[in-house]
Amino acid sequence: MAYFARRFAFFVATLWAAVTLNFLIPRLQPGDPAEAMVSRLVGRSESVDPAQVEAVRLMLGTPEGNLLDQYVHYLGAVLRGDFGISYSYFPYPVTHMIGQALPWTVVLVGVTQILSFVVGTLLGAWAAYRRNSRTDSVITLGSTFIGTLPFFWVALLLVYVFAITLRWFPERGGYGGGSSPGWNWLFISDAFQHSVLPGLALLITGPIGWIIGMRNNMVQHLGEEHTRLAVARGLPRRRIALAYGARIAILPNVTGFAIALGGLVGGTVLVETVFNYPGMGRLLLEAVSNRDYPLMQAIFLFVTIGVLVANFLADVLYGVLDPWVRRAETT
Amino acid sequence: MSTSVPAVPVPGADPERVQATAVDLGRRSWLPGWFLILWRNRKCRIGLVMLAGFALVALLAPVLAPADPRDDSFPTSAGPSAAHWLGTTAQGEDVLSQLIFGARTSLVVGIAAGALSTLIGLVVGLTAGYRQGLVDEVLSFVINLGLVVPTLPLMVTLAAYSPVRGQWLIVLVISVTGWAYGARVKRSQIITLRTRDYVTAARFAGDRTARIIAREIVPNMTSLIVAGFMGATLGAIGGEAGLAFLGLGDPQTVSWGGMLNEASLGGAMLTGQWAWLIAPGLALSLLITSFTLVNFGVDALSKSAPAAGPDRLHSRPSTGPLP
Repeated sequence: MAYFARRFAFFVATLWAAVTLNFLIPRLQPGDPAEAMVSRLVGRSESVDPAQVEAVRLMLGTPEGNLLDQYVHYLGAVLRGDFGISYSYFPYPVTHMIGQALPWTVVLVGVTQILSFVVGTLLGAWAAYRRNSRTDSVITLGSTFIGTLPFFWVALLLVYVFAITLRWFPERGGYGGGSSPGWNWLFISDAFQHSVLPGLALLITGPIGWIIGMRNNMVQHLGEEHTRLAVARGLPRRRIALAYGARIAILPNVTGFAIALGGLVGGTVLVETVFNYPGMGRLLLEAVSNRDYPLMQAIFLFVTIGVLVANFLADVLYGVLDPWVRRAETT
Repeated sequence: MSTSVPAVPVPGADPERVQATAVDLGRRSWLPGWFLILWRNRKCRIGLVMLAGFALVALLAPVLAPADPRDDSFPTSAGPSAAHWLGTTAQGEDVLSQLIFGARTSLVVGIAAGALSTLIGLVVGLTAGYRQGLVDEVLSFVINLGLVVPTLPLMVTLAAYSPVRGQWLIVLVISVTGWAYGARVKRSQIITLRTRDYVTAARFAGDRTARIIAREIVPNMTSLIVAGFMGATLGAIGGEAGLAFLGLGDPQTVSWGGMLNEASLGGAMLTGQWAWLIAPGLALSLLITSFTLVNFGVDALSKSAPAAGPDRLHSRPSTGPLP
């Protein structure tokens, strides 16, 4: 149990650190952050919308109080789930906007991530099973090569080829004008069509980490004593590869998930921008270009918390799957 | 072509032999031994040549480029022609000139941010690994936090708050968000190094901690630091391109990511300007490939680092004709 307690403590600590980071970033600039923000808005346009000033004040709390007062105020607001009013989507609260964008990203990232994991692990295991063969080098070198392709460029080329030139799929958005979000067939099939290209963009580069990780782990395990014993016992090759190599090699890939996810979120921001997909990434960028600071801060916090929760779940899963981890941490 | 990886004699398979080769080669040549090891690795050699090509293009950009990258006096949205090999942008700028100048941005930002994040990672990782105890606990927590916080959203948020987005601010933002992985690797390396006999000897001899780290430990981590630097530079090049593509780069400089942003917004797809769309991405991809290839050689070098004792690759006696 000590392992789980430790992981939970880490999770809570990182959660606190992320919330605090979110508090500190706008205050890094010298002077009163609210004044600075408002004056920058003034510099950009002639008249400042009072609503915007109000939104900034709400987000930053009472600028009169000292930093500690502001921090306490901010923590209280976060605990209540009060992230202020979005400026660019006035008068909607920030949480409303995030609530609308979140499902798109969760479904897109969730589905592509699971597919990437399955495809990557299978390809990696296959490469390790046929190690040093032509199959192995095609898979290994191929994934190294694809890994060098810039994420958003692949997405742009997909749009160019499949949406604009061939017209197989819609080029942008999450659903067409003819349908409205809801549990009806028209919307679901429409949303699916719109998600094919963004999903493909995430899937092309997604499995690479899993392939390399799985292959290297499995090759290592296939060279160990217990595998050689299995060979000596005359067990079938395929069974040895699956039961002695793949089963153990898959474990570190579970923790690899943690590090992969942070990068994946970044990729999602880029892909959603290319496809104008109505998820969190595009909303973040929109907030940035509209200088909608309350919305921007809240999205950053939500995305970070999402990654932290996923990390924690991966840690727990790892602990459940691998008894050695639990024992090692106890002693 | 090498279809089977182990069939190719990769330098680094046998540490002792590699070192002996290095010392041997170093005696016979004016080039340093580490360079010869890198050069003998075929993948690494290709990478070095490609990288040198990019560096040359970046250095000679004003000579090579047919026009100023921001000169918008040409016909707009033109396809490839004899006058403009890669066509022109929607503003009427020469795409080839932008591509050539873009090499500068990618290399400068990549290398600067790579170096800075390596330095941050080195300082944090070394301190955590060497001091241990509470310092280590706190720093390890910071490292782990840096690993899990999603990088691009953090970069976007930091960049959004900066009133002026100059090139050096981009470098700073990338470094501040990208040092954690290197720090973790260096921390675990120093933990294995700090109990070595020669470190203990230095401590008994009364050397200060800073001196022990600088003179006894860092020289033995050189290849690891170089490999970390290559990785950080790769990440920084990608990060710069991503930020510029999102329109959050330095608006004053031309960069490949920025070109793709302009191509996407400027309707390159609708006008069918495939060259404008393909060239910057391909250039990015080739630059990243060349760093990846060089890293294969650096990996071989770091695996050849000896288990104990001073690393002869780095503390080789003077390159004079006779030892």
